[in-house]
Amino acid sequence: MKKELKTDLEKIAYNCRQATYLIEKKQGEELSDREKLELKIHLAGCYICRVYEQQSLLISDMVRNLLKTDPTIEIKLDDDYKRTLKKTLADKINNQR
Amino acid sequence: MGTELTMAGETLHINKGNLQPHLWVDLHADYLYAYALRRLNDDELARDLVQETFLSALEKTSSFKGNSTERTWLTAIIKYKVIDVYRKKNRLMSRNAADVKEQDMEFFDPDLNNWKKEHWPAPFGIEEQDPLHHKEFNIILQKCMAKLPPLWLSVFTMKHLDETVTVTICKELKITSANFWVIIHRAKVNLRSCMQKNWI
Repeated sequence: MKKELKTDLEKIAYNCRQATYLIEKKQGEELSDREKLELKIHLAGCYICRVYEQQSLLISDMVRNLLKTDPTIEIKLDDDYKRTLKKTLADKINNQR
Repeated sequence: MGTELTMAGETLHINKGNLQPHLWVDLHADYLYAYALRRLNDDELARDLVQETFLSALEKTSSFKGNSTERTWLTAIIKYKVIDVYRKKNRLMSRNAADVKEQDMEFFDPDLNNWKKEHWPAPFGIEEQDPLHHKEFNIILQKCMAKLPPLWLSVFTMKHLDETVTVTICKELKITSANFWVIIHRAKVNLRSCMQKNWI
């Protein structure tokens, strides 16, 4: 038989779905007092969601880093494309004159 | 008459002095390409946007006030084009795609809402090795991001892109703010799981 959750506290303690949702939301806006309390109670007893939170923050930082154009990572257009691009631009500049 | 000529001459001088279209490709093409590629994960599209950016920049050289550098000005143009791509992609999506339901997430028990055992997050095991700058780890992140559905990726990317505010994203992509967090949540849980699978 499946376990049944009776008290609110028990429901919060089990609800990793809600906890991980709040972990994400917290990174973008202030949680309500109730949400803050729920998350605190849940994390106090849930090691797995504590691992999740740590990794979620890391991934956010990594994504932000990735999107910042980092000059140490080389992404370059090939020379052929640049030559074509230069010609297209030059033609357009000449046509404007 | 004489004054007008001087003024026109000066305006011309200011514009031409700060903008050097014949050098754009050499000076900014790689930068703009990298900018677009990181946000779109689509090589061909990124190339096209670089060209479009230069061409539309040429058409509005008069709007360049000289308050910013040439690169900042060009970046603002390509940024707008990137957002436009997101918007178009989103328009092509069915209504259902934006209407994601928390209940559908495979990672959690449908009744108890706790993690299913096979989906338990486990430590990545590189916490000691500066994971933020770990090259292979970053490559896995990019591969996993590419697997996200287009709308989720758009929302997720925009959220981390130049700290765009939530309201703007919701407006641009026409989603409710409730759906915004559901999408971010689902995208992150999927992404994290993908990274665990491919790393450990």
